[in-house]
Formats: sequence, C-alpha cells, structure tokens
Amino acid sequence: MKLAVMGAGAVGRSVVELADEYGHDVTAFADSTGAAVDADGIDAEAALEHKERVGSVGEADAAAALGADYDCLVEATPTTLGDAHPGFEHVEAALERDRHVVLANKGPVAERYDDVMALADAGAGEVRFEATVGGAIPVIATIEGMDPSHVTAARGVLNGTANFVLSRMAAEGLGYEHVLAEAQDLGVAEADPTFDVDGTDAALKCAILANVLHGGGYSLDDVDVQGIRDVPSSALELAAEDGRTVRLIGEVTADGDVRVGPRLVTEHDTLAVTGTQNIVQLETTNAGRLNISGRGAGGPETASAVLADVGRLPER
Amino acid sequence: MSESPPEGDADERQAHTVRLELVDEPGELLNALRPIAENGGNLLSVFHERGSLTPRGRIPVEVDLECTPRQFETVVEALREAGVNVIQAGTERYGEEVTVLLAGALVGTDLSDTLSRIEECTSASVVDFSLTDEQGADGVSSARLRLAATEGSVNAALDCVRDVADEKELHVVEPLVEGEA
Ligand SMILES: NC(=O)c1ccc[n+]([C@@H]2O[C@H](COP(=O)([O-])OP(=O)(O)OC[C@H]3O[C@@H](n4cnc5c(N)ncnc54)[C@H](OP(=O)(O)O)[C@@H]3O)[C@@H](O)[C@H]2O)c1
Repeated sequence: MKLAVMGAGAVGRSVVELADEYGHDVTAFADSTGAAVDADGIDAEAALEHKERVGSVGEADAAAALGADYDCLVEATPTTLGDAHPGFEHVEAALERDRHVVLANKGPVAERYDDVMALADAGAGEVRFEATVGGAIPVIATIEGMDPSHVTAARGVLNGTANFVLSRMAAEGLGYEHVLAEAQDLGVAEADPTFDVDGTDAALKCAILANVLHGGGYSLDDVDVQGIRDVPSSALELAAEDGRTVRLIGEVTADGDVRVGPRLVTEHDTLAVTGTQNIVQLETTNAGRLNISGRGAGGPETASAVLADVGRLPER
Repeated sequence: MSESPPEGDADERQAHTVRLELVDEPGELLNALRPIAENGGNLLSVFHERGSLTPRGRIPVEVDLECTPRQFETVVEALREAGVNVIQAGTERYGEEVTVLLAGALVGTDLSDTLSRIEECTSASVVDFSLTDEQGADGVSSARLRLAATEGSVNAALDCVRDVADEKELHVVEPLVEGEA
C-alpha cells in the first residue's frame, strides 16, 4: 500500500523506516513545516537527513502531503485534547477522499470518536487505531477478534511513565520527585510529564477502549481521572508491609464507567507489572480473563502496531 | 460493630459458624477455643486452613459450634475480648475485606474523627489500621485501613471512605476489586 505519513517524531520516523519491511511504500511524509512527496516512493534516508539538516523532512508544503497519491494516511502528529487538531483534520481529509486511515495519535478517537466514525461510514475508507492503546500490544485487534460484544470489561496499566515511577518508588523507597527526575534522565519521562503522571494519557486510552467496547460516545470528559502525584512513598511502604503495591490502573466496566487512578493491588497481581511495561486485562464471556502485556511505547514498537493495522486494511 | 440478635427462639441450641484469623504461634488456637467452651458453646468442628494465609500472614480458622443464640453473642464478645480477630460471626458475614490507603494531612484533620466517621457510615468495620509515624515537612502521612464489609457492601464502604476523604482533602488509594466490573 501507498502510505502518507503525517508526523516525523519517534513514531512517524519509525513507520517510514520500517514500511518497506512490511511491503509498503511511503509516498508522502510530513512534519509541521515541510513535506517530502513522491508518487513512486520517497527516499526515506534523504528525508530524515533533510530533517536533520534543515529541520523539516522536505521542501514541499506540509499540506501537499494530504493531497498526494496514497491509499492510507498514517496519523502520527501530537495528541491534542478537545478538537484534536491537527490530527482530526488530517483524518477528515483522507476519509473524504475515500482513503484509509491508521492512527497512532489518540486525540481523534479519544476526543471525537463519533465524528471520526461518521466520516468513515460516509465513505469507502476504513479507520484503524491499534497503536493508540498499549503501544505494541494488540489490544484492539484482540477485542475485535473476540468481538466487542463478548468483552465485558477491560482494565490495565496503560502508561509506562507512571508505572515506572510507582514501581521504582515502591522498590527503592524513594520519593516521587526523585524518581521522576531519574525517569527524565533515562528518557522514560518527558520534560513535561503532566499528561503521564496526571493520568490524562491513560484516560485517553481508556476513553478509546470504552468507545470500542460500548460503541462510541466517550471522550476524556467521561473519564474519572486521578493521577499519581499525591501518592507518597510512605503509602507505598504501608502497602508493601501488607503484601500489596500501587499501580495507576485504567478501567472500563461493564456498566460503562471509565476511571483511571492509583489502585491497591497485591504484589503478585498480574496487573502489578514493573518498569515501563504495560498490561491489559480483558473480561470476556465464555473465555474468562485474558491478559496481554508488552511494551506500551517506543518508536519501532508503536510503528509495528501501525503497520500491523495497515496490513489489516482491505486493498483499495 | 454490633451483631443483630440471631433469628429464632432464644433458648434453642443451634449450629453457628465463626471465622477467625489467628497468628501462627503455638497455643493460639487453644487460646481462641477456650472462650467458646467457657461460655457454653459446644464445639462441632474446627477447620484450620494451615496452607492458606490471609494477606497479613495470619491463618484463617473456621469453627462450627452449637449453642443458644444468646450464648453465641457472649461467645463472640468473649472472643473479641481475648483479642481474637473475628471475621465472621453467625449470620452477619464480614466476608469481604478490602484494604485502602489514605494519604495527606491525616493528623491535622483529626484522625480519630476520620476513623469513627468511616465506622459510622458504612456496614463495614475497621479491623486493622496502620499509620506512618514519619510526617513529611508538609505534614503528610499515610495510613492503611483494612475494612471488613458485610457481604455485597464493599462498594458502599468504599464510597463512604471516599466521601470522608474528599471532605478532609485526603487522598484515597482504593483497592482494585477485580471482577466487580
Ligand atoms: N511515542 C510513542 O511511543 C507513542 C505511542 C503510542 C502513540 N503515540 C502517539 O503517536 C503520535 C506521535 O508520537 P511521537 O512520539 O512520534 O510524537 P512527536 O515526537 O511529538 O512527533 C510529532 C510529529 O508531528 C509533527 N507535526 C506537528 N504538527 C503537524 C502538522 N500540522 N502536520 C504534520 N506534522 C505535524 C511534528 O513536526 P515537527 O517535527 O516539525 O515538530 C513531529 O514530527 C502522538 O499523537 C502520540 O501520542 C506515541
């Protein structure tokens, strides 16, 4: 398939680098200030080198990428709240041209799921978004495989940064600020970790899961969110004395309630993963409980989920 | 917590079950059984689940006994007085236990009031409580509460804890009650 990749960050870059391995051609590649467009396939190396030198992937207008010749648009621009700009407009442009869309960007499906699905229903293009929840972990595909009607609830650890901080605080008896600074040094936490430690990122993922399980209607506003900043290390010590620990858990219940917050679990609970690991637990009818864990973030990891989605699309 | 008087004729001898939680030390079981015999209870069976430990490393023990409802009340009281942790007595089943953490200005917001309010507004009882003695510079401390809730009332108990905590601007770390979903 011919891909138009919007965004040249960790994810977009990896998609461009790995596309060939999965049998696809990248015909357009854009960042915030420029684009590389070639109907026969762009020169990935040259585009990344151009970005290194000049700051953008190419000389073409970033908007030119949207009008290029492609079968599937890969959306990997920053996740934004509310109107989900600019991701939503990119999705809209592609679907209106009957092109497929694969999202890594959570914004459009967390904040404007119903709008996105209405656009998809109106045209011939399909929308997939495996990479938006749990990075490399095939969560959406698993739910789809079981059929959402057989999955009654979902819960899990969906933010690697928060999990790293909590599991290190518990293991080392260190304070929040200390561990966060360490995570920033290691590149596990971003310079501005607000989205991760306040639970927003996990909440967006839960809104997406709720949309899939309950047929739409959810956005961030529907999620009861509590972050990890107010969990002192003394609380983790008390938990440990009792064979327990604390994890930032996101939950979508059968009743349709969605919440994210620090929760007590036993130390050996399946959900008590350590480090940046993510895990999703699905409650199913007939098949009991399913657990899937793995890497929840990272360029190649997320790109692998994006390219797996591309592989699930029908030929155009 | 208070036991409602069991149903039926107050003088009729019936079978009752108590669930206890014992420390794994020699003599503990005997210690727990003495108040039963001393108060007119007739031991029917003792199920000592040695293999399975409670989260606090205690041994769960189930005792079946025969006595009148009135005697049963005395037996349960005597057990508690002897320092035995009674998880369930007769028909009132404190079958579900949950642990929560509280963090914040616990002492500054009247800890004993917090605890008694939690006891008051739920069908739950605080069976265990630990507080960190070290208070940070900002007066933040943490507490761990184990609540025994009557069957089916775990969510109500947690709602109550949340309400009390909200009012006092304390943070609650709730347990993940799996399968509730
Ligand atoms: N990183 C992960 O592990 C991961 C995992 C799952 C999902 N995601 C999601 O995937 C998306 C991309 O993540 P990332 O880590 O690659 O983000 P990133 O490093 O912040 O990169 C975002 C890219 O989008 C470009 N961009 C911004 N506005 C644009 C516009 N109007 N048109 C075209 N390109 C535009 C930026 O351009 P400039 O380079 O010019 O600034 C940048 O290259 C995000 O929505 C993120 O939430 C990421």
